[in-house]
Amino acid sequence: MMTSEEMMRFPEEMRPSLRMVEQSRNDRVAAVRRGESYPSLSLTDREAWLEEFHPDYSYGGRRALRVGPSRGMEVPVELAELLESKPRRIVQQLRRIEVEKRVDVLVIGGGGAGTAAAIAAAEAGQSVLIATKLRHGDSNTLMAEGGIQVADHECDSPLQHFLDVLGGGHFTNDRDLVEILVTEGPLVLRWLEEQGMQFDKYPTGRMKVRHGGGTSRQRLHSAGDVTGLEMMRVLQDHAESLETIETLPFHAAIELLTDERGRAVGALLEQVGKNRVMAVQAKSVVLATGGFGRLHVQSFPTSNHYGATADGLVIAYRAGLPLRDLENSQFHPTGIAYPESKTGLLITEKFRGLGAQLLNRHGDQFVFSLEPRDVTTAAIIRECKEYDNGVATPSDGRGVWLDIPMIELLHGRGTIEKEFPGRFKEFMHRGIDLRTMPLLSYPTLHYQNGGVSITPDAGTDMPGLFAAGEVTGGVHGKNRLMGNALLEILVFGLHAGRSAALFSQEMGEGGYPGLSHLEAFLSDLDERSVNTNVTAPSLLPSYGPVEWPLTGINGDRRDNDDLTGRFS
Amino acid sequence: MDSLETVKTVDIIYDDVSYCVPVDRTVLSALEEVGIHFIRSVGCRGGVCGACTILYRVGSDYTLKAALMCQEMVQDGMSILPLPFFPQRKQPHRLDLPESETPDYRVLNHYPEVNGCIMCGECTRLCPMGIDVMGYVGMVKRGDLRGASEESFTCVQCQACALRCPAQISQPNAAMMARRYHARYQAPQAEHLSKAIERIESKAFDAGFRRLRRLDEDELRALYQRREREPTDAHPGTWLPEDRSML
Ligand SMILES: Cc1cc2nc3c(=O)[nH]c(=O)nc-3n(C[C@H](O)[C@H](O)[C@H](O)COP(=O)(O)OP(=O)(O)OC[C@H]3O[C@@H](n4cnc5c(N)ncnc54)[C@H](O)[C@@H]3O)c2cc1C
Ligand code: SF4
Ligand code: SF4
Ligand code: FES
Repeated sequence: MMTSEEMMRFPEEMRPSLRMVEQSRNDRVAAVRRGESYPSLSLTDREAWLEEFHPDYSYGGRRALRVGPSRGMEVPVELAELLESKPRRIVQQLRRIEVEKRVDVLVIGGGGAGTAAAIAAAEAGQSVLIATKLRHGDSNTLMAEGGIQVADHECDSPLQHFLDVLGGGHFTNDRDLVEILVTEGPLVLRWLEEQGMQFDKYPTGRMKVRHGGGTSRQRLHSAGDVTGLEMMRVLQDHAESLETIETLPFHAAIELLTDERGRAVGALLEQVGKNRVMAVQAKSVVLATGGFGRLHVQSFPTSNHYGATADGLVIAYRAGLPLRDLENSQFHPTGIAYPESKTGLLITEKFRGLGAQLLNRHGDQFVFSLEPRDVTTAAIIRECKEYDNGVATPSDGRGVWLDIPMIELLHGRGTIEKEFPGRFKEFMHRGIDLRTMPLLSYPTLHYQNGGVSITPDAGTDMPGLFAAGEVTGGVHGKNRLMGNALLEILVFGLHAGRSAALFSQEMGEGGYPGLSHLEAFLSDLDERSVNTNVTAPSLLPSYGPVEWPLTGINGDRRDNDDLTGRFS
Repeated sequence: MDSLETVKTVDIIYDDVSYCVPVDRTVLSALEEVGIHFIRSVGCRGGVCGACTILYRVGSDYTLKAALMCQEMVQDGMSILPLPFFPQRKQPHRLDLPESETPDYRVLNHYPEVNGCIMCGECTRLCPMGIDVMGYVGMVKRGDLRGASEESFTCVQCQACALRCPAQISQPNAAMMARRYHARYQAPQAEHLSKAIERIESKAFDAGFRRLRRLDEDELRALYQRREREPTDAHPGTWLPEDRSML
């Protein structure tokens, strides 16, 4: 129970609802102890709820692409704008391409997938350059809290995992990719353990596991609530120890370079904020630029890092690579809705995995809290919009309670502090005691389910170009289950690195690096009379007004290439 | 997390300019709203990457504080210095362990400067993550890698401690090495994982996959709906499903 002082931290309008949550808590805990749970939806109900309430299906949210290799495919309008855009001005003004650097393998993006690829390529004897937009490691990978799915315990198997992944993805996944994903899970888990990554373990060494949304077995492995941070810092530390990997931070890829035969032979990099381009020639290229949360699809807030602006999709699409499964974006059901300064940040699914329930303003459950993410998202929106059972925030947003204090009752005192050391400290610092205070949540834009199509060896339609991670599509189909993205970036990141290394060794240097693919794309834009002033990739979002040229320690003039908006 | 009855504002100083900003903002969102577009100093925007370190003082208070811009709320009279870049000392290693060495000595030999800690407590006082930095430095010094791993576990490598250390210790990097050596050489390894790997390497699931891959979508859906769900309170390795055909 909250103290009255804690209660006072919430706006007055929320307090009656909070009291109802507290009143029903003991009964709900008792019901869980009896083994009762809110019934999960049938597959038909799931589909009906999704169609009616999931943002993917809302009117005007998507449109068909008018140009390019996936013409006709529906994508969020914010993404369509970028996919049908012109190159950045700095590219339009470029007169000649002078190669400044040559490497065997160029890896674009220094998140989890890119770093794993770089390690694999370097260990296969190749020289590697990681070009990344922000600092090495600034990525969605580092933000992952919940964990990584791997079928390693006795009651589980890759087959069972396969079934869960397909069901979560509504049976639209590329089955070859899923088979590799689940089968190699235990191998990458061991690899990570050998790299000195920490996992939550019992004293015997057996790994602790939990359920995630849509899992039939407990197979989510974690490192406290900072699994992604721990994984990223270990990968990065390992990469830094390999002399054949060089890293260029604050260098964003803004176009691929291709030779006369249409093979990928490098990329144009822009030094972010410095208005300078640099051409890198490589024998093969790995695209690992991550996702698109910072496009703020339908004005939703996002859980993603600063650089998640779909750059990889843009440059790959222009170079003629087909995309898939971008009709559906993943909204995480429990982004923070209050306190509003944290809007959109994630409250990891692990809280629900440990028993925290979703409640409407009457303190009642309205959905089984571990449905697949898209279903839970639809259910929350339905509860708020259709039944008006949401809790209002001061700026007239809506949210539902996530009853975190239940966890202490279910699993004993101290569980929250032990299981969520990072979040616990952070919220405590802000005067929010998660042991007694529920949080208000609402869906947040979280994951780009689809992307560039890949083959089982992480190859793409373009010779010499490999891709892995959130920028790719197929593994998760229309919807990803928690914990499968961290698995994917390792499994396919390592494949991409090995395949790229092999390609470099076998094929040697390609032809002269050029931009002929751009000409083809631009004339396609012309022919289909797509008039656009948008230039992309956008590199970073731009929040707030920037009316005057700013210089100084950190401020930089806003560039028209950037996105606009205002979010936390 | 004040109730938002009225919209109040405060003044903050950044890069020599004073800005009037709403109270309920993080330093990061307040600065962006007044028109500063960050390139460095922003990463995750969620308090885990340590890109947005600042040092600040409030008004005439003598204390110098460190914080993460994306987490810290603005306060009246805050004067802010960002730390967009920090020259780090990082000792390369391959996570290897020569026979003559132990993990704790290995770490100590890479960061012998921890021995020079004067226990001033400045690092612990500053750490925005509330970590007892001086504590884990002492543990590295004493060879307690497990303790150092646990205490430094939520370190976001913001470098605030290293910036102010009079003994010039690179605390986060020593901690990073301590965690990896502890996890690799001291923490118990997962034996059940070896069994899972053996089964995969002996191709135990190939036939199962062939069977699954032959099913049409309706059959798969039926199988999916019939899945048994492992109870949440089952201790790993104890529960088994009725239907073992997928194992
Ligand atoms: C808050 C949060 C929590 C999550 N929790 C989980 C979880 O518990 N379990 C799970 O499995 N998954 C989780 N995910 C998803 C998962 O973390 C990501 O999908 C995955 O890590 C993506 O890895 P990646 O390497 O493909 O992309 P990222 O890790 O995002 O890396 C992409 C890199 O490319 C760089 N880049 C971008 N554009 C360019 C460019 N033009 N040029 C050069 N570099 C560029 C970026 O700066 C970044 O460093 C979570 C995601 C978020 C945001
Ligand atoms: S230990 Fe040092 S580097 Fe790590 S979070 Fe604390 S102050 Fe930052
Ligand atoms: S700041 Fe340096 S000298 Fe002072 S306690 Fe911390 S590690 Fe020791
Ligand atoms: S931006 Fe990552 S900690 Fe603030």
